[in-house]
Amino acid sequence: MSLYYVQKFLYNLNRDDGVQAQFRADPRAVLAEYDLTEEEIEALLGSDIGLLFHLGVNGQILMHFAAFEQIEWADYLRLMKEGIEKHGPVREGVYAVTGYGGVPARGEPVPTTDTAESGKGAMA
Amino acid sequence: MSLVFAGICPHAPGITGRAHLADPAAKDRLYGAFDQMRYALEATKPDALVVVAAEHFANFFMDNMPAFSIGMADSYQGPIEDPDWLGIPTTMVPGNAELSNRLVDEILQTVDVGYAQEWKFDHGIAVPLNFLTPRYDLAVIPANINCQGPPLTPPHRAWAFGEALRRAAEQVPERIALVGTGGISHWPATPDSVKINQEWDRQILDQWVAGDRQALIANDDVSSYLQGGQGAFEIRTHIAIAGATQGYERTVTYYEPIPMFAVGCALGWAAI
Ligand SMILES: [Fe+2]
Repeated sequence: MSLYYVQKFLYNLNRDDGVQAQFRADPRAVLAEYDLTEEEIEALLGSDIGLLFHLGVNGQILMHFAAFEQIEWADYLRLMKEGIEKHGPVREGVYAVTGYGGVPARGEPVPTTDTAESGKGAMA
Repeated sequence: MSLVFAGICPHAPGITGRAHLADPAAKDRLYGAFDQMRYALEATKPDALVVVAAEHFANFFMDNMPAFSIGMADSYQGPIEDPDWLGIPTTMVPGNAELSNRLVDEILQTVDVGYAQEWKFDHGIAVPLNFLTPRYDLAVIPANINCQGPPLTPPHRAWAFGEALRRAAEQVPERIALVGTGGISHWPATPDSVKINQEWDRQILDQWVAGDRQALIANDDVSSYLQGGQGAFEIRTHIAIAGATQGYERTVTYYEPIPMFAVGCALGWAAI
């Protein structure tokens, strides 16, 4: 389990042009600098958004990686859902604590909220 | 001289990045509300704009996460996001390190704020600036509250940070504007991305308008998440602005949930 370093790598990638160039040129060499499992390395090399979400990567970090890999927004959302269907609930990190996508947090009741899916005009 | 302006606005990346995909009428209403806010801001002739943001792992990571931080540089680069994805070109934004230093000196009297001589903007600051200072001709001072990496900054401390910002603004000769960005309900960048809880949004805005400290700081992590998603942790920025504008009348000038932007969009400011 090295979610911390998966996210740290993505944090560095997201904010640093130099890391982006290195990752494009020799991705394995860049990833070797972080304490990652083979599963995590494969997920990153394969831009496997679904697996990375399942592993617990925060969306605020993951969405930038998806953009970096030229994945459209709608596909990004779909890939996360597919990842959960394929691999199961998020393993750790903020979503394992808060829940997501109708999946409750560990040991917590399913959040029940009134949510609106469409706007209804401006309020002055 | 004083605090001359203080307001709130959203910062969701979709506002600029997915503008072409949203309901055009809703987009126009939101953009119009941002324009109104820019006119109100410009009318106060500020010397600097302090943006209290909830940044998203652009500068601060879990290797050393500050509860609060303020930028102390003469310029800032951003956004870190792909310019095409965010719909905002990468640019250099002017800062004022010496003014930051004086503000930090004063804030430190009551709040243990960190300072950062390097800071790259992400959408949390870049989206608001795109509308509020589109010519990048006003000195910007970024400030951050940890709304992303738990354990998060407690809401009552966000209120105290706002009070400290107000006091600091009143100690310096410059005219200081203040904008808190983020929220309200949203489940950003997750499979829940289009959900918006209008009812809760309006409740938070009512608390903000009333300046109801007790109600605002009662929005702890569990209740915020259950009602408003992970993005709701960002109401800390609005709580800070309420704390900074005690004694002034606050008005919400615009509220509308816009699913394509994945957030309930609210703008408002205090009559100072
Ligand atoms: Fe945000």
